[in-house]
This record gives sequence, structure tokens and C-alpha cells, in this order.
Amino acid sequence: MKPEYKIISNLIEKNAKVLDVGCDDGTLMEFLKTNKNVNIRGIEISKEKVQTCIAKGLTVIEGNAEFDLKQFPNDSFEYVVLGQTLQAFINPEIVIKELLRVGKKAIVTIPNFGHWKVRLNLLFKGTMPITNSLPHNWYNTPNIHMCTIKDFVRFSKIINFKIFKSLALINENVSDINNSNLIFKNLFGELGIFLIEK
Amino acid sequence: MNIKQNIKTLIVEKPLKLDCGQTINNFPLAYETYGSLNNEKDNAILVFHALTGDQFVTGINPVTKKDGWWSYAVGSGKSIDTDKYFVICANVIGGCMGSFGPSHENPKTKKIYGTDFPVITINDMVNAQINLLDFFGIKKLFSVVGGSMGGMQVLQFISNYPDKAKTAVPIACTSSHSAQNIAFNELGRQAIAADHNWSEGNYNSKNIVPDKGLAVARMAAHITYLSKKGLQEKFGRKLQERDDLKFGFDADFQIESYLRYQGSVFVDRFDANSYLYITRAMDYFDLVKQFNGNLSDAFKNTRAKFFIISFTSDWLYPTQENKDIVIALNAIGANVGFVEIESDKGHDSFLLNVPDFLKALKNFLDKSYAEKIS
Repeated sequence: MKPEYKIISNLIEKNAKVLDVGCDDGTLMEFLKTNKNVNIRGIEISKEKVQTCIAKGLTVIEGNAEFDLKQFPNDSFEYVVLGQTLQAFINPEIVIKELLRVGKKAIVTIPNFGHWKVRLNLLFKGTMPITNSLPHNWYNTPNIHMCTIKDFVRFSKIINFKIFKSLALINENVSDINNSNLIFKNLFGELGIFLIEK
Repeated sequence: MNIKQNIKTLIVEKPLKLDCGQTINNFPLAYETYGSLNNEKDNAILVFHALTGDQFVTGINPVTKKDGWWSYAVGSGKSIDTDKYFVICANVIGGCMGSFGPSHENPKTKKIYGTDFPVITINDMVNAQINLLDFFGIKKLFSVVGGSMGGMQVLQFISNYPDKAKTAVPIACTSSHSAQNIAFNELGRQAIAADHNWSEGNYNSKNIVPDKGLAVARMAAHITYLSKKGLQEKFGRKLQERDDLKFGFDADFQIESYLRYQGSVFVDRFDANSYLYITRAMDYFDLVKQFNGNLSDAFKNTRAKFFIISFTSDWLYPTQENKDIVIALNAIGANVGFVEIESDKGHDSFLLNVPDFLKALKNFLDKSYAEKIS
């Protein structure tokens, strides 16, 4: 189980209605069901992973978040979770807007491209960074829109959404991000976790 | 085909008002069951059959002596596990396996109905089958499941009886028969009508059958159940028991011989007038129109958990038409899962050994049953 799942769970109220976008093999869905007794649905693009979710008794729709979120009416869910996939979308702006239309709140996690290892990788090797959390080559990566924690904070001002809570994951420890420590967290955070609202 | 004394039949006494305006009562509904109903009576699954199916879902069909039409999916340890569930399936009204249909005698005229039989709809079919619940003392089914026309019955059933099933699995179907669907059905009906033996539907009294017309109808329909890729891989341009073309009109190609065979075996087990009536019922199916253009309204009163399944190579009821049902359900916050199964076997995939499909169906049912959802 990914270390951020516990953090995401702490951000979600009990018995809430939740949509997990890109729910993968349903691990987070199961975790939230057990810990928070949520009414949870998932969307997943891979047929194989949809099958895994069905085998776990989870309600999942095979689909693409970029096109298939439109079928949900406004405020269908209290929380919509998007875990480490924002960077893979053709148009992240539309995705964020859709998340916040479908959900009252959204939880978005992003692998931080501003992490010092990534920066050093590019600085010294002069090639596109390959790290544990970003294992692909530039030509076969699904991550076409990488951003940093700082970029995401700026993005909130550009496309106008509120960041309700922002957390950084450093060596499996979670800490708050605020204006005064943003530069530091952007350098050491492996993952940014944001609870956002319209 | 007169070995029908072993067929279980419920005589439905309660009057049923058909969509065409006529009311029927004291009519036979032939059914079969598999597995056993538990004490809580909460393990029943009503399976709906497709156009040419019947109540003999699995095991050996006592009339045709062949495997039941859903033997891959239903049985001990299978997707619809008869060790666990009590499976009920009825022959649709309008059919020809014992239920009230055009080959029955009209009590008023003492003649076989033929085309005097009332036109029936998918709605009529499910309204007839709801009587089985009372008969078995079942308050709520665990599931309603069906593919193709069976899937249409699932949708209609949930719409008509929103609190009578805990789960619903419509497979490879549509909420509204498309122009292409109607066109293919019309082709089949015209093939039957063009057979001189059909005699405007009165062939029974003359002791003849429009077998040539019915066979052509089946051949045409059979093509729509398969995919181009599937056909090409199975038959290609392979020749039938010959080394070269014969420059004539015998079945040179294996695909021709295969289709002729499919047509010929079909006429032994199916009634031509039933084929007309059931295809008509499918053509009239339009749940979207029934709810004034808003399919969501068909399901607004149900808490049933849905699982919708489509197949990549099904061009008769393509994925998008199945997805439209998912979209309508999501629009009202219903509990719906969906998967499109990769298969090159076309629309027929749901009847065949397609492991991903069989696994998904089994997992959905077994997990939902374990959850004890209400």
C-alpha cells in the first residue's frame, strides 16, 4: 500500500460518498471502505485492473477520466480522489475543473518534479530525470505534464481553485506546506497532497 | 418437437394487460429451475433468455438434446453458481418452448393462433415473468441477469419492479433498438414471409413449415452475432470438402456450409411465427421513449446494484449503447459498475467461453452476495 493512502484517508470524513479517479487495483478504495466506511466508486482505464476491482467487490467503471467524468452531475460526490495521475492527462486544467464540478472537494496527489534528486539528475547528467517514483524514459513516459509542488500552488491561482490543505510527503513522513516553507518542501517533498475546493 | 410433457409450466391466472391493449389470463408460462432456494429465499436469480433461447439454460436441453444455451456461464461452480444460487428461467411469452405463443390454440376459434396472436413487447414478457416470484414465494430476487434481449428484459424488469431485485446485470444490450437492429430483424421476418409455406402464418393448419424462410432468417441473424475478424479467423476463404472452386452455387466455402448448417438445425427447434413475434418485441423496445427521452427516469426508484458488460467486437449492441445505460445510471447516482470485455467473438461472446467475461460475472455476483446487500 502506498504511504499516502493513510494521509488521504485522514482527509476524508466518515460515511462520505467518494469517487476514486484512476482507482488502479482498488487498494485505496478498499482501505477507505474499511477505515472510513465510505460509499466509494472508481473509474479505471485498464481492463485488467477493473477486473481486479470487481474481484474485490468494488463498484468500478471502465473509463477515461478525461472523457467519462462528464456523465456525473454536479456535486455527485463529497470527495473525488486523483492519485498521481494529473501529470498524465492531456489537459490537466479540464481535469481539475471536472473533479471540482463532480465533487464538493477533491484530493489530488502529485509526484514532485521539484525534488532535489530530480533537479540533480538533470543538472549533472543532463538527461531527463529517472527516479524511483518516475521510472520512465522521456520517450515512453505516460507523464506528459510533470509539475512541482510550487507549480501546483501557482496553478491554483491561475485557474482559480482553493487549496484547503497541502501536505508534503518526505521519507514517509507527512508535513504541512505553507507559504514560508514552500521552497523547502518543494525541494524535499517526494509527493504533494492537496485537498482542494472550488 | 412434441416431447413437451416434461416442461414445467405455471398457469398464470391473473389477467395481464398487454401493451397492444388485449388482456390475457390463464396463460401458460413454461420455466425451469436449477439449484435450490435457500430458507431465507434470498439466493434466487432470474435469468432472461435472448431471441432464440429458452428456459433450458444449462445441462442437456430435454427437447433439443443439446447443451443449454448458457452452459458456459450457469452450473455448479460456474459464473452463476447453481451450488449457491437458485436459478429460474422462463420461456418468454410469444416463444415456442411451452409458454403462451403463436403456436398455441386460440380457445375462441379452436385454431392455432398464428398471426392472430397478440403482438407482445419486452414489457409484456417481464410482466408475465414477475408471477414466478409469487409462485416461489420470493420477495426479492438476488439478481436479474440476461444478455441481448435478455438484457433488455433486465432493464425493463428493474424499471417496472424497482424493489424486486438486489442486483442487475444487463449484458451486451441496449435501452433502445437501433435502426440497424430493426433492419436486420425485418430482413429475417421478410425471409419468413417470402416462404410460400408460411401461408400468412397459417402453416400449422396445413401441416407444413416455412423452413426455408426461417433458415435464411437465422443465417442472416447469425452473421450479425459474429465479428468480421472472428469469421475471417475461423473460416477465411477455406473451401468445403473440395480442392477447388466448382463454378456453381453449391457451398464452395466453409462459411457457406456453416451458415446453411446453422439455418437447418434452427428450423428443427424454432417456430417461424415465434420468430416474427419476438423480433417485433425487440424492435418495439425503447425504454428511452417510454420515459420521454430521459433514460435515467426508468431507474430513479431503484436501489439495485448494476453491473453492465459489453464486448469490444459486438457491433450489434456496441459498447457505446451499453455505456449510455451506465451514463443514465450515473446521472442519478445509482450504484453501477461497467466493463468492456476484450473478445473477437462478436455479440455471441456472452454465450461462449470468454474467460474474462465469465470471471467478471462470477466475481460480481459472488462478491455482491457475500456483501448481503439489501
